[in-house]
Amino acid sequence: MTNLTDLTVAEIRDGFRAGDFSAREVAEGFNANVAAAKALNAFIVETPEKALAAADAADKAKAVGETLGALAGVPIGMKDLFCTEGVQTTAASHMLEGFVPTYESTVSGKLWAAGAGMLGKLNLDQFAMGSSNETSYFGNVISPWKRGGGDNAALAPGGSSGGSSSAISARLCPAATGTDTGGSIRQPAAFTGISGIKPTYGRCSRWGIVAFASSLDQAGPMARTVRDNALLLEVMAGFDPKDSTSLDLAVPQWEANLSSDLRGKTVGIPKEYRPDGLNAEIAALWDKGIAWLKDAGANVVEVSLPHTKYALPTYYIIAPAEASSNLARYDGVRYGQRDLPDGAGLQDMYAATRAAGFGPEVKRRIMIGTYVLSAGFYDAYYTQAQKVRALIARDFDRAFEQCDLLLTPTAPSAAFTLGEKQADPLAMYLNDVFTVPASLAGLPAMSVPGGLDSQGLPLGLQIIGKALDEQTVLNAGLAIEERAGFVARPDKWW
Amino acid sequence: MSIDLQTVKKIASLSRISVTDAEAQAMVPELNNILGWVEQLGEVDVTGIEPMTAVIPNTQRLRVDAVTDGNVRDKVLVNAPQAEHGFFAVPKVIE
Repeated sequence: MTNLTDLTVAEIRDGFRAGDFSAREVAEGFNANVAAAKALNAFIVETPEKALAAADAADKAKAVGETLGALAGVPIGMKDLFCTEGVQTTAASHMLEGFVPTYESTVSGKLWAAGAGMLGKLNLDQFAMGSSNETSYFGNVISPWKRGGGDNAALAPGGSSGGSSSAISARLCPAATGTDTGGSIRQPAAFTGISGIKPTYGRCSRWGIVAFASSLDQAGPMARTVRDNALLLEVMAGFDPKDSTSLDLAVPQWEANLSSDLRGKTVGIPKEYRPDGLNAEIAALWDKGIAWLKDAGANVVEVSLPHTKYALPTYYIIAPAEASSNLARYDGVRYGQRDLPDGAGLQDMYAATRAAGFGPEVKRRIMIGTYVLSAGFYDAYYTQAQKVRALIARDFDRAFEQCDLLLTPTAPSAAFTLGEKQADPLAMYLNDVFTVPASLAGLPAMSVPGGLDSQGLPLGLQIIGKALDEQTVLNAGLAIEERAGFVARPDKWW
Repeated sequence: MSIDLQTVKKIASLSRISVTDAEAQAMVPELNNILGWVEQLGEVDVTGIEPMTAVIPNTQRLRVDAVTDGNVRDKVLVNAPQAEHGFFAVPKVIE
């Protein structure tokens, strides 16, 4: 019999409807995999009872012939940045340890309403700040992948959605939610050989998602196939009056309109993404990706995004600035931790609470943000960054006059070892070099696996589309998926 | 320009994060590295460019000025570290 935990979301959905298996069997299978994978540390809280309850509801609905939701019978993982009613939500921080929301985030609520069940809350970088999942208060997430040749070094699953990427590639869940501020869906997807899409800014409601940098944060799905991403995004997206930047637009039928026929489409290859010293294996995979898209019928042209080299420094002004403002809410008064030294006044309580509740990377970013927004420096740093951000967005607008989508590598390297970049914050930031520009411009972007490097680790290709054109992004992803034939999976050691 | 120990302590104070001298000292080179790196933005010619305010054009919506929520005091207070008599409680503030 088929191992149910090897199935994709679409296969589970369709097999459940066809009566090939019950929703309960699926949930039990994934619950068992989650329980047996403590070594990966992918979950902060496990909720097997939630997965079973949703499965039983789906089985019952099917038995009595009720209309089934789009995700009936499908259990998923929920990044612990989404507030879930009655289930601890921490953003992987000590600050929010023990915080149990009395409300449900819009995106997670939509998934449950569609019939999905929750396997648990997935670990992440603290407040989604990190690219390796080493900043979580609840410990590092470990990638299920190992380098070949008996190298036993623990590898980073990417970040910040590293619990999501690790759990999906290890078959602990068929799909999960992620959030992406500067690459936090795409880079972990690339590191673990799965797919993930960050939609256009405003497609998914931010309401109920613990805020990091509000002008950049977007939720999106992560799964093993492009089809799964399309069908999950359909459920997650949609207008929400509770988010002032939510786009009041109908949700397209991305899954039904999937097509890997790219005839008539033009793919732009941005020359600035091929700097001197680009990893040769990454460059070779990129060339393969270009050939695959040509094979799917697309034309290929070189384009220029001249301000690319300024994207990372722009991001590391804007994101910390917004974070310093957003994280001001953690004051030890309304929710979260409070640290009250003997005889302390209110100001001392704030400072002690925030010193104890935030990890080093979060403090670093709050302080950078505070500095660049402080009197006398605001124009030189923040206003200048917002102007350069406008130029970066204009670069994309001009490139899209010549093409319909862009193809680039997702990350400049395969997964690195835990600890390798931890000592140097700047080296860690540079890992987001290819993902940050699309975030600054609010564009839809996706990572799909393209192949393995010589050490046996997955490498990803990134597709960037025009605003609101997720369909072309998904279609190009499908064209690559069909041609890459990526079936590698990590050998079970956990 | 570079920042010194006094500046780091000042930023920490503005951020409402208490730091020891050793912690502040360790942050001096870290923050200088990062700020030195972002300063390359100064070389970009931004003549005539308006700072970005919204990545995707969107209009600010207005809604009817009516009560849409409320009567959830206990829910609001349930995660408070200290709540008394239906209020958030904080240490005595004496000026």
